[in-house]
Amino acid sequence: MSILDSKIPEGPLADKWTKHKNEIDLVNPANKRNIDVIVIGTGLAGGSAAATLAELGYNVKTFCYQDSPRRAHSIAAQGGINAAKNYQGDGDSNYRLFYDTVKGGDYRSREANVYRLAEVSGNIIDQCVAQGVPFAREYGGLLDNRSFGGVLVSRTFYAKGQTGQQLLLGAYSAMNRQINRGKIQSYNRHEMMDLVLVDGKARGIIARDMVTGEIQRHSAHAVVLASGGYGNVFFLSTNAMGSNVMAAWRAHRRGAYFANPCYTQIHPTCIPVSGDHQSKLTLMSESLRNDGRIWVPKKKEDVIAIREGKKKPTDLSEDERDYYLERRYPAFGNLVPRDVASRAAKERCDAGYGVNKTGEAVYLDFASAIERYGKEKAFTSGHKNPTEAEITKLGKEVIEAKYGNLFQMYQKIVDQNPYETPMMIYPAVHYTMGGLWVDYNLQTTIPGCYAAGEANFSDHGANRLGASALMQGLADGYFVLPYTIGDYLSKDIRTGKISTDSPEFEAAEKDVTDRINRLMNASGKHSVDHYHKLLGKIMWNKCGMARNAKDLEDALEEIKALREDFWANVKVTGKSGDKNAELEKAGRVADFLELGELFAKDALHRNESCGGHFREEYQTEEGEALRDDENFKYVAAWEYTGNPRDAKLHKEELKFNNIELKTRSYK
Amino acid sequence: MGGIIKSSVARKFAMALSGLFLVFFLLQHFTINFTSVISPDIFNELSHFMGNNFVVQALLQPVLIFGVIFHFIMGFILEIQNRNARGVGYKNYNGNANSSWMSRNMIYSGAVILAFLGLHFYDFWFPEISHKYIHGLPEDPTRYYEETIVKFKDLWRVILYVVSFIFLMLHLLHGFASSFQSVGFNNKYSKGLQGFTKAFAIIIPLGFIFIALFHYINQL
Amino acid sequence: MKLTLKIWRQDNAKTKGKMIDYPIDGIEGDMSFLEMLDVLNEELVAKGEEPVEFDHDCREGICGSCSLQINGEPHGPDRLITTCQLHMRSFKDGDTITIEPFRAKAFPVVKDLIVDRGSFDRIQQAGGYVSVNTSGNTVDANAIPVNKQNADDSFAAATCIGCGACVAACKNASAMLFTSAKVSQYALLPQGQIEATERVQAMVRQMDEEGFGNCSNTGACEIECPKGISLENIARMNREYMSATSKG
Repeated sequence: MSILDSKIPEGPLADKWTKHKNEIDLVNPANKRNIDVIVIGTGLAGGSAAATLAELGYNVKTFCYQDSPRRAHSIAAQGGINAAKNYQGDGDSNYRLFYDTVKGGDYRSREANVYRLAEVSGNIIDQCVAQGVPFAREYGGLLDNRSFGGVLVSRTFYAKGQTGQQLLLGAYSAMNRQINRGKIQSYNRHEMMDLVLVDGKARGIIARDMVTGEIQRHSAHAVVLASGGYGNVFFLSTNAMGSNVMAAWRAHRRGAYFANPCYTQIHPTCIPVSGDHQSKLTLMSESLRNDGRIWVPKKKEDVIAIREGKKKPTDLSEDERDYYLERRYPAFGNLVPRDVASRAAKERCDAGYGVNKTGEAVYLDFASAIERYGKEKAFTSGHKNPTEAEITKLGKEVIEAKYGNLFQMYQKIVDQNPYETPMMIYPAVHYTMGGLWVDYNLQTTIPGCYAAGEANFSDHGANRLGASALMQGLADGYFVLPYTIGDYLSKDIRTGKISTDSPEFEAAEKDVTDRINRLMNASGKHSVDHYHKLLGKIMWNKCGMARNAKDLEDALEEIKALREDFWANVKVTGKSGDKNAELEKAGRVADFLELGELFAKDALHRNESCGGHFREEYQTEEGEALRDDENFKYVAAWEYTGNPRDAKLHKEELKFNNIELKTRSYK
Repeated sequence: MGGIIKSSVARKFAMALSGLFLVFFLLQHFTINFTSVISPDIFNELSHFMGNNFVVQALLQPVLIFGVIFHFIMGFILEIQNRNARGVGYKNYNGNANSSWMSRNMIYSGAVILAFLGLHFYDFWFPEISHKYIHGLPEDPTRYYEETIVKFKDLWRVILYVVSFIFLMLHLLHGFASSFQSVGFNNKYSKGLQGFTKAFAIIIPLGFIFIALFHYINQL
Repeated sequence: MKLTLKIWRQDNAKTKGKMIDYPIDGIEGDMSFLEMLDVLNEELVAKGEEPVEFDHDCREGICGSCSLQINGEPHGPDRLITTCQLHMRSFKDGDTITIEPFRAKAFPVVKDLIVDRGSFDRIQQAGGYVSVNTSGNTVDANAIPVNKQNADDSFAAATCIGCGACVAACKNASAMLFTSAKVSQYALLPQGQIEATERVQAMVRQMDEEGFGNCSNTGACEIECPKGISLENIARMNREYMSATSKG
């Protein structure tokens, strides 16, 4: 029997959240003034949580490593945000959004959490519009929608290719309002170095001022971790350069269980790697798959001719092209979920059909969309007999209006014009579904320590659907956490201010300075990036899109050896009491080197394929993922015991009372 | 100027309004001057009117002087503030890449125009004031034409005038269009308006240059 | 290709800085400008020297962190991109490239090429928001239709990434384009009307207090803005401000 208590409320699925909100304890407004809350991270989850908590009356301190809260990596989300508004009248509902999300997550998420997410999704749109977020609109002045992978309705709200930016600026503006009221103190360029527990409860953090190097103590009655995902364990990912697992990992070491670390989303539409110097990968919104068709040549000789530059992709006739997603998945075609699309690209490239020099790229072609839109546009503007050139011109205009900024981005990076020749894409690490284990209240296994957004594990199961991350971040931050945290804080109204002079703070601060000193004083053979790149290689090759037991076992050993080498030989230049980017990176890579090992261990233990976790040993004859519901229908929550590989497994059995477990089929 | 100096937006608004007023004055001044090329009589008549009309002398002239002084003083204040706003300067600043020379050097074109105004006042305004108000000499409605063209006998003065008008052109090329932006006028008509302001900025100073050269050559 | 970099080095806000020359070799056209600096830093670390510090995060042109004055222009010679999107194919073998921090009194240098843009945050805090509670108890999103043109213009203004290129490019270090973009976003939406008067006044007041220069309409900001924010926004802010002032 598990010691994990998910605290899912009783009652019918659709009533759980309302009932729970009615039953949880509240803190009266006068008492909220005496309660402090720390929020780590100012992305969609952290920013919105901080704003709402401050608005409710709590004293909030926010921390971010960027120079402004507005720069959190949520800003880079492009495509959109889902909400079950059914504005298009295409049969959408809370239940359908819930169903799609659970199915998309390959039945590895918690029903009650996902339903709540669907339930509050509509509110997010109302809220954001009221705040002045400029979503795309139709000519009638109402909100526009687009469709995204893995679903059959149009429920995605968007602001061109900058939806994340607009939503984050919305949350940031809500934060600004509270900063102006004095209810939020915003600590920018500050990094959380450790979590401080007093009597088993989270009571504060140790932070480093990244400008002065000062180590600071900050106390609070509760700590919210909204520090994002850990995709940078792969070195190359679509995450920001600074995205890291430090806050979550420090909490894990202090007692918060880490759930499903191996569930990683590899996003299918990224710009392929161009060389060894590459520092990060660039994603292009999945919305491109609405209009782009993915293909590789049918014949190997065409592949070779293209790689050698003897043929251009546009030279190949329709018969010579293999639209492999449309071939394999006729029902969803190019709009299959991300994990499926990514694996299919890998399958073709592994079989030798990759179209660039590295052999790791497939085409995303807009030619037929340009033609289709061009004809449509010509027809509606009364142009009954348009020429080929006119159609192309009009079609390009439509495509430009829809995806102009993405096309421009692609052209800048690759130096090819995607209006003329198909784009090249390849999957890249994008999002991590795993994270700190939380109960229905978003509380981790440490009392008083909460996790929201990508930092927790809760809603996406083994694979996240497009446009759901923004939804989850804002749902957690605006509408869930500020209320559920009250239930915990209601017991703290008599506690008074937490002192930072306690032995616990003392000890935690000493741990932090000792660790920094160790990093500064290692032998100095190799740079931090050297280790990060090596770790990334191990992760990508052995814990990447397809995994097997042997590789994972090797990875466990290699990561351990690399970590030991790191601590002995890393080179950190400069001083610790100064702005020092190398030291910042070193601390983050040190934690990635521990997380990586737990990641491999989790992947190794999960003897099934589900969502973003694909084990080569467990697949159907057609190469589709083979889930094992009998043995693995649980959340794997790992308890830290001093060494990542010795982490103790706790299982939270997943119960599906409202949805029938099926093999995911997009055929 | 206390209240106006408080806000940067109000400052530029005031700068623009005073500038537009001076542009209007310039057009008026040009029109009268140009008559000297066509007919000395009309020129005398208009000059006499301007010099002796109560409204012009007692009301418009002070407003004009205030406008000129305001525009200059504010220009210098803004320049000082703007220089301070940079703090440490760039080692390499490629202003040509993103803005016109005129727009970046309004202070210099303005300073040249100010120096020119000194000369211009010395040439015309001070003698005029002295004639009318200090010595109280009797008014002769036909004296203006002669008094004016005699100044254009000297080559050095003509050269100074021509150079000044070139700087006036540079100042107007940016300033005229810019003042519309400052008062908040930027819409679908702006492109057409810009064409007009550019043409104005070139034609009016060229006209002044023409007048100066015309009188110089005629007196050779 | 082989390049000479002239880079501003400064230990912290209190010390004086200076330009230092760094020769660099083996740069490929496909590298981004920041990846080129990564290569330099890797070499510096190998030699035991302190790497050049610069702000960067998303490296895809949206977070607004990167902020380099390259050969006298913010974000370098190309248009509509940030420094992280600038590729080395824009330079030639043998080029000398000067790299300086964004300069403004309101952007004090933190270290090397990093500046403190907290003044931008404070301008936003002064009024860059709509004062609605985040409780979600608002009207249905489609209850407030917005004219598409206004919605699109509002979005265009809202795409500002707050990088500070406008200030860096402006000969007066003026922050008008930044401030006007935020004012415009709300001025164009019905949601923003209620507080329009106070908002524009508060934001302009804060902008002035931070020590930014005055606008003299050189237009450099619009040219250098990686998001193409239009000067129309400044004109709009001027109108908004003067009409707010006349209301008192």
